[in-house]
Amino acid sequence: MIDLHGYGPRLLEGALITIELGILSLILAVLLGLLTASAKMSRSWLLHRLGTLYTTIIRGVPDLVLMMLLFFGGQIGINQITDWLYVQFDIDIFINVNEFVAGVVTIGLIFGAYMGETFRGAFMAVDSGQIEAGRAYGMSHWLVFRRIRFPQMMRHALPGLSNNWMVLLKTTALVSVIGLSDMVRVAAEASKATREPFTFMIIVAAIYLLIASVSEWGFARLQKRYDVGYGEAD
Amino acid sequence: MEALMNWLEAQLADNSIFTLQTLSYYGQGLSTTVQLVFLSLIIGLVLAVPLAIGRGSKHAWLRLPIFFYCYVFRGTPLLVQLYLIYYGVVFVEGIQETWLWVILEKPFVPALIAFTLNTAAYTTEIFRGAIKATPRGEIEAARAYGMSWGLMMRRIVLPSAFRRALPAYGNEVIFMLHASAIASVVTIMDLTGAARFVYARFYAPFDAFLFVAAIYLCLTFAILYLFRYLEKRLLAHLKPASG
Amino acid sequence: MADTPIPLEVQNIKKRFGDTEVLKGLSLQAHKGDVITLIGASGSGKSTFLRCMNLLEQPNEGELFVHGEQIRFKETRHGREPADWKQVVNMRAKLSMVFQSFNLWAHMTLLENVIEAPVHVLGKSKQEATEHARQLLERVGLAERADYYPAQLSGGQQQRGAIARALAMDPEVMLFDEPTSALDPELVGDVLKVMRDLAEEGRTMIVVTHEMAFARDVSTQVIYLHQGQVEEAGPPDEVLGNPKSERLKQFLAPKH
Repeated sequence: MIDLHGYGPRLLEGALITIELGILSLILAVLLGLLTASAKMSRSWLLHRLGTLYTTIIRGVPDLVLMMLLFFGGQIGINQITDWLYVQFDIDIFINVNEFVAGVVTIGLIFGAYMGETFRGAFMAVDSGQIEAGRAYGMSHWLVFRRIRFPQMMRHALPGLSNNWMVLLKTTALVSVIGLSDMVRVAAEASKATREPFTFMIIVAAIYLLIASVSEWGFARLQKRYDVGYGEAD
Repeated sequence: MEALMNWLEAQLADNSIFTLQTLSYYGQGLSTTVQLVFLSLIIGLVLAVPLAIGRGSKHAWLRLPIFFYCYVFRGTPLLVQLYLIYYGVVFVEGIQETWLWVILEKPFVPALIAFTLNTAAYTTEIFRGAIKATPRGEIEAARAYGMSWGLMMRRIVLPSAFRRALPAYGNEVIFMLHASAIASVVTIMDLTGAARFVYARFYAPFDAFLFVAAIYLCLTFAILYLFRYLEKRLLAHLKPASG
Repeated sequence: MADTPIPLEVQNIKKRFGDTEVLKGLSLQAHKGDVITLIGASGSGKSTFLRCMNLLEQPNEGELFVHGEQIRFKETRHGREPADWKQVVNMRAKLSMVFQSFNLWAHMTLLENVIEAPVHVLGKSKQEATEHARQLLERVGLAERADYYPAQLSGGQQQRGAIARALAMDPEVMLFDEPTSALDPELVGDVLKVMRDLAEEGRTMIVVTHEMAFARDVSTQVIYLHQGQVEEAGPPDEVLGNPKSERLKQFLAPKH
């Protein structure tokens, strides 16, 4: 049996943090991605520009740098705002940037940009006749989105979504650098303390591969659901 | 040169953070980042070509290990791979006494090994896809003209596969540039390392990280334009003829 | 006649794409039971005219009245737009369109396609809508295909399904945009038969078509469009039996 030198439970906790972090950031990223895709497809010049600026900056700067900027800078920025509120309006609040929230926000923000591109491509792949038929039958904008655009878009978006999730999952490892005790950080500490890096790093690598395999299976099932009605034609 | 330095010093006179001293940190960081990324990409590229060919081999003993290597290195975080190699090297019994220690003592080499293995895995898959996409007719034509397997690979399959792989490889280069930021975690003074140093020294996260973000952004755009130029040059034959 | 409002009336519709004016002031009144066919060469503007009637295209000028109610417009930076989209949505629910490329929703079965708008737009109960839908599918000869997806049906079956979907809205007016143009010749007959039946039971229909036999036998009025203008209009016997303009004569001449 592998000797974990008592790090077993902490490693398990770390794995749970990795999964929680991954899922919460994924939800945030999907919401931001839908917003970004809408902004970039909107005919408002300002929204279009904002969407482009967001995706360009996020995709041009390393994840780790963005994470440090938001984590270290975020606290100072929030302090400045709360100080100002205190001086101006005598409102006394204190907000502490917690590593977990910072991690979710940063990863969500980064992958929101990638999701935005995925969703935009998927929305544009939906046949315009399908949407026109909805409008011609008196569906409101929202109803067309909910009943036709979204389900049909998802079919095109799922491969990209699945791909983004796999990258996102690996990106969660970076939060160990800003001090969050995910499984990578626990394994790094254990490696240093026990001088057995192979044991711990290989376990962590295996857990990542396991999560990836399970998600791959899940996405394949989802794809089957959204592929309904397309048969062998595509 | 001296005039330039004087001018720069005058420009920076009122700035307590961006002194010549800190700028030189960023300069050294830039050079480390570029070396690390460039070397790992070149070595990774050289490794990836035979791996990609082997990945499509008929023989399972050749195909499966390469598949497994790609699966593991693409499926786990680069940070875990870096830790594994960095700590793995440091904690190997007795390594400090051997000649190897001279090069392994600095974190640069373990980082280079990790980055190279990582990019080689991704590049293998990119080339694999590009080789697979070779039109069947071109292969049949090469066979019909009596080309050997090696000649066909060298003259027909690989040249067209490289071109097809170009856009995806461009993304991989940008990905490596960004991924290299984690070198700072194992105490390498790359661009991000310099930014972390400046942040720690002045407690000025916005200045330190926004500045380095801008440098990365410029590098990213430079790579993007380079590849767009290459694509235009090398993929011109795929465009429909105009006029 | 005076007390019941006209199902659909359009006045002086003008439409520009960039600098080219494709509709140069077209008007039309569809009374209850009318079957109006729009004919003309491709590029004559007949499909655009039809699409202006339910505002899938925004006319640059002109007025629309659906069941006597006038659609309100406003000028915006992007040009002329409906002032109240709610009004447009309600209006569209009264006019069902059948498309050239069917446009059945690919992710829903035939039955789901037919009940979709009645349930979500008209607010009918699912059970009621389903019962009605099954009757309609029976009528167009697709009862046993209710649970198939559009991709599993032939073009003719898809178009008959699309007609069932249109009927499910219980529309004031049905708009047909070249409903048989995308079909293989041997499938056209089934679709035309369904349309003839609809005309006979007194449905109000506006049909863009290339099927001259259908126009001659079924319609109450034929409008021949040329370059966005009405070249000739009237009862089919007159317009098709005794064309006055050279252009229409040429258009009607057999092309073999």
